Amino acid sequence: MPIKQQIFSLILCTLVFLFTVDMVRKHKLREEYSVLWLGTSLLMFVLVLKYDLLVAITNFIGAGLPTTTLFLCANLFLILIAMQFSFRISKHSSQIKNLVQENALLRAELEQLKKTPQL
Amino acid sequence: MASSNHTVVIIPAYNEERAIGALIAGIQAVIGDSADIVVINDGSCDNTAIAAHQAGAMVISHPFNMGYGVTIQTGYKYACTMGYEYLVQIDGDGQHDPANIPALLKPVMNGAADLSLGSRFLDAGSYNPTLIRRAGMIFFGSLVSMLIGKRISDPTSGYQALNRSVMAFLSSDSFPCDYPDADVLLMLGLSGFRVDEIPVRMYANCDGKTMHSGFKPLYYVFKMLLSIFVTLLRKRTRYTGAGRPSEDAD
Repeated sequence: MPIKQQIFSLILCTLVFLFTVDMVRKHKLREEYSVLWLGTSLLMFVLVLKYDLLVAITNFIGAGLPTTTLFLCANLFLILIAMQFSFRISKHSSQIKNLVQENALLRAELEQLKKTPQL
Repeated sequence: MASSNHTVVIIPAYNEERAIGALIAGIQAVIGDSADIVVINDGSCDNTAIAAHQAGAMVISHPFNMGYGVTIQTGYKYACTMGYEYLVQIDGDGQHDPANIPALLKPVMNGAADLSLGSRFLDAGSYNPTLIRRAGMIFFGSLVSMLIGKRISDPTSGYQALNRSVMAFLSSDSFPCDYPDADVLLMLGLSGFRVDEIPVRMYANCDGKTMHSGFKPLYYVFKMLLSIFVTLLRKRTRYTGAGRPSEDAD
């Protein structure tokens, strides 16, 4: 890998890693969502530094160039992030539905109680 | 329970202020005081809640629009919480003729079925849906009939009567809230609930409102096929009809 490309990749990985940690520190990103970001930036960091490992993986998966492997890793990461969000959204939709129903039932019960004459 | 009645009629309604009053009056004329009427107002933008209340129904309102499936499930949850034994669900747009309520309730009340499904195709006087809708109904009806071993002619019918066991079953998170029809019948059939079909009269919607407009039919077909497929893959709890359900490891 050309040295310029290597330096650029390392800077990018470091920035993503630091930014993610900072977001967690400021409570703007929950720890559970940071795992994939931190894991991917670390993996990319290692792959850029350990070029032999990157070449070995490239040969193993049958890719033409090491950069293709990095590109595939980035794509895989995006897919995983999208799937994680889909799971979360599905769970939240179900929770919102239950909350809405409970809210409606409690409101109806409250109105019934208001109508009932007090002893 | 708010009253001494064992039966509740739930009406899912979204922006039905024009139709809801007449529908409630029609139901009252048929059932008298023998059942409570509850309108589940799904975050309507118009005066559906007021119109329903003025007509003498109890109203439960969602804070915002959640869709038909969530609305009827709110009704199931309410009926379960309040201890009702039987539930009739009838659409709020006036498409379903309330005169069929006693016929729908009969097999459920005498224990011949756990759910009775109103079928427009068993009643000669009902309207005929469009050809594409009819084709979809025949396809999903045949599929469900084959899988549960019971002929279902109108799998999309929202006109139903059910007992307490079905209410409890459908109140769980396994209830598919977007377009609950053929897949729910399959879930019920595979779980051992007895489903019966009763002829009911349904009229065409005069407002022309439909849940199946634009690209929704395509999504409906995709969702229903997926839902039927995963329902077949799921581990099921089998309802035995007496006491608690038992687990099936299939």
